[in-house]
Amino acid sequence: MSDLFTTVFLGALFFGAVTAAVPLLLAGLGEQMSEKAGVLNIGIEGMMIFGAYTGFLGAYLSESLWLGFATGMLGGIFVALIMVVLCVRYGLNQIVIGIGLTLGFEGLTALLHHFQFSRTYPRLPAAEPFPIPILADIPVLGPALFRHHLIVYLALVLVIVMSLLYRRTQLGLNLQAAGDKPAALDVAGVDVFRTRTIAVVFTGAMAGLGGAYLANIGAGLFVPFITNGAGFLGIVLAMLARGRPLWVLLGAMLFGICLGLTTALQVAGINIPTDVIQMIPFLAVMAMLVAFGRRSSLPAALGLPYERGAR
Amino acid sequence: MSAQDISTRPSTTEAAPEGEAGQPATPAARGVGKRLAMTVGPVLVALALAGLLLMALGVNPLTYYTYVIERGLLSPSGVQQTLTRMGPLLFLAAGLIVSFRAGIWNLGGDGQFLLGAVAAAASAPLLAMIMPAGFAVAIAFVIAIVVAMLWSLVPALLKGYQGVNEIITTLMMTFLGASLANVLVKLIFLDPGTTVPQTRTLPVADRLPRLFDTTISSGLLFGLAAIIAVHLMMVKTSFGLKLRIVGANPRAAIHAGLSVPKLTVAVFALSAGLCGIAGALDVLGVQGNVRADWNPGYALTVIPMVFLARFNGYASIAFVGLLSVLSIGGESAARRLGVPNDFTLLLVAIVLIVLAIAEYIDHRLSKAAKV
Repeated sequence: MSDLFTTVFLGALFFGAVTAAVPLLLAGLGEQMSEKAGVLNIGIEGMMIFGAYTGFLGAYLSESLWLGFATGMLGGIFVALIMVVLCVRYGLNQIVIGIGLTLGFEGLTALLHHFQFSRTYPRLPAAEPFPIPILADIPVLGPALFRHHLIVYLALVLVIVMSLLYRRTQLGLNLQAAGDKPAALDVAGVDVFRTRTIAVVFTGAMAGLGGAYLANIGAGLFVPFITNGAGFLGIVLAMLARGRPLWVLLGAMLFGICLGLTTALQVAGINIPTDVIQMIPFLAVMAMLVAFGRRSSLPAALGLPYERGAR
Repeated sequence: MSAQDISTRPSTTEAAPEGEAGQPATPAARGVGKRLAMTVGPVLVALALAGLLLMALGVNPLTYYTYVIERGLLSPSGVQQTLTRMGPLLFLAAGLIVSFRAGIWNLGGDGQFLLGAVAAAASAPLLAMIMPAGFAVAIAFVIAIVVAMLWSLVPALLKGYQGVNEIITTLMMTFLGASLANVLVKLIFLDPGTTVPQTRTLPVADRLPRLFDTTISSGLLFGLAAIIAVHLMMVKTSFGLKLRIVGANPRAAIHAGLSVPKLTVAVFALSAGLCGIAGALDVLGVQGNVRADWNPGYALTVIPMVFLARFNGYASIAFVGLLSVLSIGGESAARRLGVPNDFTLLLVAIVLIVLAIAEYIDHRLSKAAKV
């Protein structure tokens, strides 16, 4: 065991953990807003995979990672808008549409990938890291934690922004009310549909960005089914975080460390089959659900379409 | 939690088939016609939409669809493959009907299917060495059922006693199950005889018999029997009625004195057991072994079919048939026309969304007609 804790191993572990945690963090923060507003967004996996595809396509064609992130967000928003029209506006079953969107965009992106990239498998150049001055020079931890792409730090800032948004702003209260007692919000003169629309579109943007990060920075290329359940993990994070953005960050880091183990163990020359390692995050989820399941609370009106004047 | 929110829409439509029997002939006939239109319509619209997409990708949709139907339905070998494929899919449909009608969203069918398959593949060849093949296959089925049931136990207990959303837990268990199946195949039940990572192969002679002189596996008959039995259980027995009450309104079910937690666990066990049989059936009837990284993902594509059938067992048979044609034909088209199999996934998803929209419009229209 002693050779496990070499600097190389720890460096790889933490670097991998951060890289793996960011898409989960983004998806979790996005899903959190949807759930707060009362929309159970099972389609987030579809938003993420489409964001990964459009994000990769944008970055590949424009040769700019930032444009790639933008197109990724737009891709996610596109899927989210379908959800808004069908589930928020017309109150269709959120589970059915969610499954449909996930299956559909997994199929669509696999199809598009086959026709566009399956012969060439183009790759993006490695992302330019943004070392944070001074901190990046700390031994071991510096390169692992403070030499990432700028978007990683922006994702961290977003956690604080979201906390403030939920606690200090009118919109934050409106979102909460849209999930707990939409009728009360309506009576207060706030448009429930508009509030929920904002939430779902935000989820789409974050899921799309997370997908784009997975493809552009995590892998450097797009392959079918690249998200491999990351969106669903985002749902779990949002569920366990009970509306608190900081908890989403903690959860995402925990999963990130599990996933970072993959690369780190390989660096350390320990060969554990990838299948075993792939089980770790899901095992962690189930363990957390068994331990804290009773306390994972969800908004009262979650999953229920709002119909004006009903009952 | 999710049970009552989600069952709102399906339960309004599923109540229709039973309620209609006593009505006069004309409205009933009109009801059947309408339901037929509501079912065939979405499929046609979805085919058209997906066809437009094929066109955008530079594939002639007519060529594609003709090829799929030819290979999946009209050619003798194709139709036999299609009928064989239906066996496991019918078991999955039966498993999903049980849980969906009870308002429980078991989206973990694929994990239960895979572990059932691996359990059967691991046990059958070994058992066949020490006992007659018939017994070995029967015991392998039982092992598969038990393994699949156990796999659903954690989500079942979490849902029944802690109220944890089963959509999330079953999805997690599916990801976990797919990896675990791989670990089992690659590390534990590896066939020492070959270099290919796969389990020991059950000799063709020991597998489930084929029907008459065809290549159709007798699994088809088991599947038909299972889905009809499940349908009758849900519609005709008091146990089925209890499950439907839980599905329609869990709070009312508690007031009616039903033990909802226990029923929830029972539903999970039934549903997972049926999905496990589906996996075992595919192995013991068709594949003979499980290869590493094998995950056909049948359960997720069966879900839309079950919805199309309004959770009705008989109608599910027709839709599972359609899915089989599409997937057998689609696999063939992937090799010949260069359109990957993922197209079937997309097609199924479009069917699901179009169906939901059609139901919404129908709901609105009938509401408007009453006012």
